[in-house]
Amino acid sequence: MPRLTDKVAGQAPAIALTGIDKRFGEVRANRDVNLTVAPSSVHGIVGENGAGKSTLMSILYGFYEADRGTIHIHGREVRIRSPKEAIAVGIGMVHQHFMLVEPLNVIDNVMLGAEGGAILAKGEAQMRAALAQLAETFGLVIDPDAIVGDLPVGLQQRVEILKALVRGADILILDEPTAVLTPDEAEQLFVLLRTLAAQGKTVILITHKLNEIMAVTDHVSVMRRGEMVATLKTAETSPVQLADLMVGRHVLLDVAKGPAKPGPVRLSVEHLVISDTHASLRVKDVSFEIRAGEILGLAGVAGNGQSELLEALAGIITPTLGSIKLDGQDLITLAPTPAERREQGVLHIPEDRQRMGLVPAFSAAESMILGFQSDHEFGTGPLLSTAAIQSHTAKEMDLYDIRPRDAALKTAKFSGGNQQKIVLAREIEHHPKVLLVGQPTRGVDVGAIEFIHKRLIALRDAGIAILLVSVELDEIMSLSDRIIVMCGGVITGERTPETTNDRDLGLLMAGVTERAA
Amino acid sequence: MSTPIEIPKWADVSLVPVLAVIVAFLVAGLVVLGIGENPVKATVLLIQGALGSGEGIGYTLYYATNFIFTGLAVAIAFHAGLFNIGGEGQATMGGLGAALICLNLDFLPWYIVLPLAILGAMAMGALWAFIPGYLQVKRGSHVVITTIMFNFLAATLVVYLLVNVIGKPGSMSPETRVFAASAHLPYVHEALAYFGIKIPKSPLNLSFVLALLASAFIWILVWHTKLGYAIRTVGHSPTAATYAGISIGRITLITMAISGALAGMLAVNEILGVQGRLLLEFSSGYGFIGIAVALMGRAHPVGIVLASILFGMLYQGGTELSFEMPRVTRDMIVAISGLVILFAGALDGLIRRPVAGVFARLLKSGA
Repeated sequence: MPRLTDKVAGQAPAIALTGIDKRFGEVRANRDVNLTVAPSSVHGIVGENGAGKSTLMSILYGFYEADRGTIHIHGREVRIRSPKEAIAVGIGMVHQHFMLVEPLNVIDNVMLGAEGGAILAKGEAQMRAALAQLAETFGLVIDPDAIVGDLPVGLQQRVEILKALVRGADILILDEPTAVLTPDEAEQLFVLLRTLAAQGKTVILITHKLNEIMAVTDHVSVMRRGEMVATLKTAETSPVQLADLMVGRHVLLDVAKGPAKPGPVRLSVEHLVISDTHASLRVKDVSFEIRAGEILGLAGVAGNGQSELLEALAGIITPTLGSIKLDGQDLITLAPTPAERREQGVLHIPEDRQRMGLVPAFSAAESMILGFQSDHEFGTGPLLSTAAIQSHTAKEMDLYDIRPRDAALKTAKFSGGNQQKIVLAREIEHHPKVLLVGQPTRGVDVGAIEFIHKRLIALRDAGIAILLVSVELDEIMSLSDRIIVMCGGVITGERTPETTNDRDLGLLMAGVTERAA
Repeated sequence: MSTPIEIPKWADVSLVPVLAVIVAFLVAGLVVLGIGENPVKATVLLIQGALGSGEGIGYTLYYATNFIFTGLAVAIAFHAGLFNIGGEGQATMGGLGAALICLNLDFLPWYIVLPLAILGAMAMGALWAFIPGYLQVKRGSHVVITTIMFNFLAATLVVYLLVNVIGKPGSMSPETRVFAASAHLPYVHEALAYFGIKIPKSPLNLSFVLALLASAFIWILVWHTKLGYAIRTVGHSPTAATYAGISIGRITLITMAISGALAGMLAVNEILGVQGRLLLEFSSGYGFIGIAVALMGRAHPVGIVLASILFGMLYQGGTELSFEMPRVTRDMIVAISGLVILFAGALDGLIRRPVAGVFARLLKSGA
């Protein structure tokens, strides 16, 4: 991919943030942050969760006002007090979670909030012209009459980008844009971002994924604990250097693991069929086995049946057909409910810890017993002992280095990584035979990822059968002993990490099987 | 994107509601001013009426007893994410349950009749909430709709029974005969007289003690039992409950039954404590005000007891006030209660936001 040469000296930076300070109560989310972004470039911002990148972008987009500091856009000092004012100075934002109305079509979504007067027809005509113009300039082709809900995720994201561009955005902020994309869609997005920059737009890319920074940005800024610790030319840095800067110490990006010593078959799944509430098939005739002491990686783009499979194995949903056997015994008839599965030693780290794995409104101690609330350990008879659950939690917090060490603190107040450690500690400490793991490092910072990966490897070595469902190919590749790939509810292939690569897996994830290829 | 409002817990449970009441009184004061009366004098009369005499206090606590029962009923359902607005109907059915026991068994001594009558009130209230719960679990019909429909069903059912089946023969008014003395829950002034303590007469009866016990029970249930944990999990996050192996249907049924039983206990105060017979419309709106009480008390038993006493004061003080100031009618008192509900419940953010702002500034300057 061609890289743009540095801009002519003397041109004002697209964005210049000087001395930005922002405090939330006790926490200084941004301290004295300076950031200069060259026009017509792609600028990456990386940092662990809670490093302050979201706060900084929220200040730039007008969600918060900085306590101190100045903002210059193209050399002109501005005050941005609301997203409306941000849009007025030419800043657009593409959120991680799309802000789209799915039943409406593309043109309606783009127009929403910029209808151009009471008469829709006139505004719509203008909007169609604008979209056609954008399609020509940036190659952003999209059918304006398509229903947004029917579009694949990659195209929905384009609608978000179009919304920003139509409103005259000259600076585009993208927050974790590839989290929901296939490798192929991500590649297309990068091409688009390069085109935008080449045509004079300035792009800010917030991401966790260092390989994306390397692939697409011109410059990269690293944040740590609210401070801007470095701004580098991407061409002159490496993922290892960036990771070290983010964490402030040396991080092992590759997980050190010995060869697996698989034991007997623990969990066997045969001809499993799962349909959703609308009776449409989500999982179609899936079979696989997991042995004791091995990690089976399940790769796939989100929404291709992995979640349903995971929930069926955990007992949350009942499959339509097929069998799930633990050590040869049929779990569907023997232990149909989540509570009974848990008693059998099938433990589950769910994909969505906010909605399923934890109760954000509960204290850490209360979340630490979710699913085990009826254990005698936590109170005699019908009573629940606050003292018992708090001391239990304090012990786990030490073991898993959960910070802050406050068992009474609300779960929602912990960072993503520490929340995930609560779930992890809870499930691992209840002695699983089979551990079902969904997206273990989603929204988790680099330091905690390293910790979680080491724990999973240690569990494998202790003889536990692990199913790892992840949309992060790096994670699948570095942890799994075997890899299966799902697309459209069927397994499209099985590989080992040694015999495959991202491209190969990407094809399987897109449903291109050996036979078709 | 708004930042969550953070204020210390003590301020959340005490300062905010107190400010809400003060603002409500200030606005109500304007109304009193509007009809040409002195709002300061009215406030003094109201407070004197509610707390100025032993009799006044007795009445205040007697009203508060009703609010505690219905407030707790709404609160326990809140904790499971359910909105039980059928307190009226459940109380009415509770009255029926108590009356059926008393009419048939009041020849027995008090230590048999009274516990049975109380259980009867609880059981019928529980049943009248359990059925909507069951309909939600099995048929997906929302309890907000069904509980309010069940209010009407209860009212018509009791009218029918009083007119045709259990009404006093030969009487024109739809009510039962008066129960025997063994089915009467003693007044507090009677109970204390037994120990030689003399206090002024009022309808305050031992139901008030039951209400306090029920508050303690709900506190233990919600925060210190495994069932309470399950109830709160279902209320906060049904998906997490499913994950944890908690049956949402089972918890819905149990919670609705507990909620209905609490609402049914209103009949213990009104029927067993005061009226001594079943009559129509004794629930007279307490079931609905229970929603406001639960909101204002933040669904916590301590808050509910305090909010109940406040509403008890408004009822009792308001009655006295309308005697003293004829231009301030009963309807005015309803309006003032409405303002309290408005500011404490619906316009909560109006108070909370400035309070949060003050605390944010205090923290900032302190740090």
